[in-house]
Amino acid sequence: MKDIKPAILIFIAFTGICGGIYPAVVTGVASVLFPKQAGGSFITDKSGRVVGSRLIGQPFSGPKYFWPRPSATTDFGYNPMGSGGSNSGPTSPDYLKAVADRVKALKDSGVSNGAPADLVQASASGLDPHITPESARVQIPRVARARGMTEEALLKLVASYTEDRQFGILGAPRVNVLALNLALDKLAP
Amino acid sequence: MNAYEWVEITLFFVVLLALIKPFGTYMARVFQGERTFLSPVVVPCEKLIYRLCGVNRDEEMGWKRYAWDMILFNLVLFVALFAMLLFQHLLPLNPQKFPAFTWPLALNTAISFVTNTNWQAYSGETTASYFTQMVGVAVHNFVSAATGMAIVIALVRGFVRRTTSLLGNFWVDMTRATLYILLPLSLVAAPVLVSQGVIQNVSAYKTVSLLQPASYDKPKLDTRGNPLMDAKGNPVTESDTVSEVTVPMGPVASQEAIKELGTNGGGFFNANSAHPYENPTPLSHFLEILLILLIPGSITYTFGLMVGNTRQGWALLGVMLLVLVGSFAVLQGAEVSGNLLVTRLGVHGANLEGKEVRFGLAGTSLFEVATTGTSCGAVSAMHDSLTPIGGMIPMSLILLGEIIFGGVGSGLYTMLAFAVIAVFVAGLMIGRTPEYLGKKIEVREMWMSILTILTAGIVVLVMSGIAMITPSAVASMANPGAHGLSEVLYAFASMANNNGSAFAGLSANTNFYNLLGSLAMILGRYVPAVAVLAMAGSLAEKKYVPPSLGTLPTDKAPFALWLTLVILIVGALTFFPALSLGPIVEHLAMLGGN
Repeated sequence: MKDIKPAILIFIAFTGICGGIYPAVVTGVASVLFPKQAGGSFITDKSGRVVGSRLIGQPFSGPKYFWPRPSATTDFGYNPMGSGGSNSGPTSPDYLKAVADRVKALKDSGVSNGAPADLVQASASGLDPHITPESARVQIPRVARARGMTEEALLKLVASYTEDRQFGILGAPRVNVLALNLALDKLAP
Repeated sequence: MNAYEWVEITLFFVVLLALIKPFGTYMARVFQGERTFLSPVVVPCEKLIYRLCGVNRDEEMGWKRYAWDMILFNLVLFVALFAMLLFQHLLPLNPQKFPAFTWPLALNTAISFVTNTNWQAYSGETTASYFTQMVGVAVHNFVSAATGMAIVIALVRGFVRRTTSLLGNFWVDMTRATLYILLPLSLVAAPVLVSQGVIQNVSAYKTVSLLQPASYDKPKLDTRGNPLMDAKGNPVTESDTVSEVTVPMGPVASQEAIKELGTNGGGFFNANSAHPYENPTPLSHFLEILLILLIPGSITYTFGLMVGNTRQGWALLGVMLLVLVGSFAVLQGAEVSGNLLVTRLGVHGANLEGKEVRFGLAGTSLFEVATTGTSCGAVSAMHDSLTPIGGMIPMSLILLGEIIFGGVGSGLYTMLAFAVIAVFVAGLMIGRTPEYLGKKIEVREMWMSILTILTAGIVVLVMSGIAMITPSAVASMANPGAHGLSEVLYAFASMANNNGSAFAGLSANTNFYNLLGSLAMILGRYVPAVAVLAMAGSLAEKKYVPPSLGTLPTDKAPFALWLTLVILIVGALTFFPALSLGPIVEHLAMLGGN
């Protein structure tokens, strides 16, 4: 067993450096420079109570709220303890039936002219906090009716909660569903 | 693709290509022991490590000792991680009180991280403590990548050196790779990721009230905790309401940086780089793709510098870029066209099942080809839910042997084995002497190259075959029919080629997949690694043959094209039958509407 000594000692040294010092330094730097992000980007209300995280989607149903994407997390939708996608194959009969059901539910809620893909197909994380701007717009008539608001007011609200591509180039335009619904509750409780 | 996506993708490749020369030069200086701008800080640490660990840094090794030390070191890593997982419940930093891993899962996980595969048959947020994540697997993310780099540098020395048996010192190469390259880059990348929203803390998991409590169907359990079934065999459910949820926390950013940089790919969370806490914004997504490709791309330049002709490196990079961009185009095309069966239901738009909105479609496609062309295996979309042809692309990139950029170190050494074979075959066809980089290619080099490129393929086909005739293995499939075969094929491709991504519908935490998969990962990692070192030893002993009229120029476009063809032909001959039964049949079924 020639060289077993350096093998063990180097392992111990690197465990100390890469497993101890490195994460400790990153944790320290993060907590000084970006404490909010490092802690989970939580949103608090006026009284300081945590109402959710900007980054972790929440389930919404019923006519009064904007709906997020379908979620395939374990046990129940948007369960942060069970992140993951449906892993349904594109030709799976169960999957196609689930999509058909969602399309029908969306149609019953008043969305005509077909369903936007993101509202009937589950996200990869199951926690996707966003929907596309189109998916927010098609829900406006329903929410307006349920809350007794004008569609113009809601169009404005959705527009102000639409994030553009980052730096105008990266990624896709999107609407944060939790942030939008929080604003909605404030506007017309 | 829309105009924005064209700009985004173009920008990505411009940034990547701009970094290759400076970073490749830096790595060459590191491995040749020259001074770099980090030397004033790192040299004292380096010397201290050698002194404490009893390493004589001027002592060089022949290939056998180099290989032996590599294996010995990996053995120590394995034993340590295996023990850490088995005794997780006794170790600190476990605020959620997670129990120990079961032994087959611990075995599979330990081998997976030591071999740079990072196949995960567990969900991080419900299984692994902060200690396991930070002191356990994250350390292996560094050293398994450093091991790959050490091996490829030894191979390059084999080409460069003449009539010697010495290839360098494994401990020195591995230590330098970690201290000068992986650690500083991770230290820079991790805080940038935090700025975007990647979390970094060791707090206990947080409880958050939902704005609107949600009701759901909960499966009823019998007294022993098994789901109750009704007369028809359907699970019995009751309605339940959830008003608060638990949000997992953890030191994610520090692990995320090295997970991409070392082409490891083991996610902190089950959803991996699709999880908003691992990859919160389009910028973090862009950076993560860049981190994945940075070292495997730049090391081609390091190689060129070390062999004294940078065009040799550019030629290999050209092959990688050609296949990567081609794969991206096919994947993106397939996903934009969407799933016909879903479109028919009245859904408009591309296939978004298993994708996140924020990354955009082109960005997502780029991540998936980058992560499978390299042996990274992190995912920002669920590969199981890609369209049939879309899903065939990541699978094919893995099956080609992880050479399209490839793993850190392992990508280039496997690519060099392909180059040796391309030179040899070309030599046979046009009657030129097979030489590569001034070294004659003879029987021994051919044997070692063939071992390097075919081991994983044989393992994939044999093991997938065994799975198909094992009822318990078939029962793990989540999707019926051709797609189920794709899931199994992908699983063994991923493990044997040390990628780690999955068609994740497959229930892989069973004894069958844990144990057979462990064997696949070991064979796929160490047979090529040792073969490459043996080839390096034999090359180093040869004399230099100056290029003559009879030498095939390997630094020009025709050779790059030829090498691409050799790679594609070897891949197609090995895997076309299997692929036709999986994704291709499924594609035809989709077109046929059933």
